Amino acid sequence: MTSALEPGETFDVWSDLVGQDRAVETLQRAVIDPAAMTHAWLITGPPGSGRSNAAQAFAAALQCEEGGCGHCHECRSVLAGTHPDVTTLRTDKVTIYIDDVRELVQVAGRTTVSGRWRIIIVEDADRMLERTTNVLLKAIEEPPAHTVWILCAPSVMDVLITIRSRCRAVSLQVPDPQAVAKLLIRRDQADPTRAIEAAYAAQSHVGRARWLATDATAAIRRTEMLGAVLGINSVVDAMRVAGELVETAKTETDNLAADFEAKERAELLTSLGAQDLTTFPPAIRSQIKQLEEDQKRRRRRRQLDVIDQLLTDLAGLYRDVMTRQIGAEVALVNQGLEDEIALCAQQTTATVTLGILERIAQARQRVAANVTPQLALEALLVGIAEPGGVDNVVGA
Amino acid sequence: MAASKQQVVPWDQVELEPVLLVQGPESLLADRAVQRVRTLAEQRFPSVERSSVDASIYQAGELSVLTSPSLFAEPRLIVIDQVQSCSDAFISDAIAYLDALEQEVFVVLVHRGGVRGKKLLDALRSAGHTKVACDALKRDADKTAFVSAEFKRASRRATADAVQMLVQSVGSDLRELAAACSQLISDTTGMIDVTDVERYYGGRVEVTAFKVADLAIAGQSAQAAVALRHALATGSDPVPLVAAIAAKLRTMAKVASHRGSAPAAAKDLGLAPWQVERARKDLRHWSPTGLAQAVTLVAAADADVKGAARDPIFAVERAVLKIARIASSPPR
Repeated sequence: MTSALEPGETFDVWSDLVGQDRAVETLQRAVIDPAAMTHAWLITGPPGSGRSNAAQAFAAALQCEEGGCGHCHECRSVLAGTHPDVTTLRTDKVTIYIDDVRELVQVAGRTTVSGRWRIIIVEDADRMLERTTNVLLKAIEEPPAHTVWILCAPSVMDVLITIRSRCRAVSLQVPDPQAVAKLLIRRDQADPTRAIEAAYAAQSHVGRARWLATDATAAIRRTEMLGAVLGINSVVDAMRVAGELVETAKTETDNLAADFEAKERAELLTSLGAQDLTTFPPAIRSQIKQLEEDQKRRRRRRQLDVIDQLLTDLAGLYRDVMTRQIGAEVALVNQGLEDEIALCAQQTTATVTLGILERIAQARQRVAANVTPQLALEALLVGIAEPGGVDNVVGA
Repeated sequence: MAASKQQVVPWDQVELEPVLLVQGPESLLADRAVQRVRTLAEQRFPSVERSSVDASIYQAGELSVLTSPSLFAEPRLIVIDQVQSCSDAFISDAIAYLDALEQEVFVVLVHRGGVRGKKLLDALRSAGHTKVACDALKRDADKTAFVSAEFKRASRRATADAVQMLVQSVGSDLRELAAACSQLISDTTGMIDVTDVERYYGGRVEVTAFKVADLAIAGQSAQAAVALRHALATGSDPVPLVAAIAAKLRTMAKVASHRGSAPAAAKDLGLAPWQVERARKDLRHWSPTGLAQAVTLVAAADADVKGAARDPIFAVERAVLKIARIASSPPR
């Protein structure tokens, strides 16, 4: 990961955190100065700003003799996720389960093995139910002297107030797209033009920008999906496009999941010594069932994530239309769709676009509230097709 | 014995034969096959002596007692049920009997699915004895064919829609479906159509969610409101009700986008022909703007029934009434 540094630039654990100078400074001071250090941290920031990376870098810097050199054994093992004194809790399901947190509390009480600190990182602290969070309260309030908790969440409002008051908050900001592009070029050897396009398209979400910059089909598919929405010319068309978008989201999820899930199942069967059996005894069957349920939950979360991402992309698209309509001199998020955006901006007015942006926000809320994704999308897209026709139809 | 090919027949073409295998999990068909053999035997030999045996509690030697020649040499019909869970003694006795068939003795073996007694089944097959297939009817097309055959047997005719609807309302159990057919045959006259099916089997829950959607989309506010209350009272949940309306609107949008003939549209869109015709009929009441409004309403209602509003029933009722109102106002 150290390749292609510009002259004069040095590499350390903080290098991958782009555009977060203020937060990095706070964390670095805590590493150096015992007076600036505390036992619980809450790192907040929008998705893709690098919350978990910041947590990991901070953990590495705390364990490192030199405050985060990025080369020593401590740094490298923390960044690789193999350090014995750094425990990370993350979830790929919709919520973190209470049993996982109980286990974590026990780990927090143990003494260190090799490092200087026992560090517990909870990614997605917002994915805990209230009951689950309460398990953490005591542990976070008075941990042993060598234990540090690092929680990550989109905003301080996403965690319980009793947790918030026990932590020191560090907030990350949306990084500058140029800085993100620079990181992609340096770290992932991305093509410079594509890197800048991807950074804008992902609205500075580092992970997503990297995906768009390095996976050509992903970028094309994204442009196609947005182009399909801009090309909607009738209600009937809108319904068709909604169906297609949901279908694409589903195939994308299934393709990603299928190989991995098959491998996971094979591994489970091997570890149970049941790989050659055609019918399974009840004890093994229940374990397989458990795995299948987990996989189903993960698929569901992933599918919702994809739909939500799509809606975010749409919001970016109509933001672009809006900027053209009010004549704002700012860079477009979707630089590949410049002509289509200009055309759309001519055909409608800023009032209509504003209405569409509101509908997009509503659709996101609905998907989060368990409305059938296809229905939420249909309602959004028919609203785009007939902007005047659907105002005020709901309401008592 | 020389291997000859085993003949497989449906239950309504079975003939009286020295040894007959009735095999398959669909008990209604098996029972009918046995009934038919019994009737045939009685027609041919009014003095036939009937006996039935439960193979699961079969004792060695029973079969030879029943089949061995008697003083007056009456013809005999022996029905052996539960062959799928027969005793071991039965298998060996039955296989032995296959090599020494008696005159004027007719044995019917009823095997109701499963793999038990494979040796016996193989022996029956290689000896070329006829098998009556009583496989479960899983596909809707099979059930539709079954219903049509029922009506035809009673020399009655039914419209394709009526058959379809009957299968959809009571198709989950074949015995129930057969009972429904016989009720329709005895209680109606002339051509059996959708109205007749509706009168007897319209209260079904699975029909009702779609029925509410049908009425709302046809613009019949009052009937839709009644149907909705009826559906809720018989246990329908608001969530599938909303989903039914959404599905119907989706079908209409799909059909509206297709300019071809009804069968071509059905083929291209993956719908049943009656769905296409129904949607085309519905679309006469609808403008694109109306469709857009309806979709907006349904999406809001879906959010409401899933917790955004306090009263899910009110939410779905409001959506139904508003959609009916949009449909009944003439398209612009």
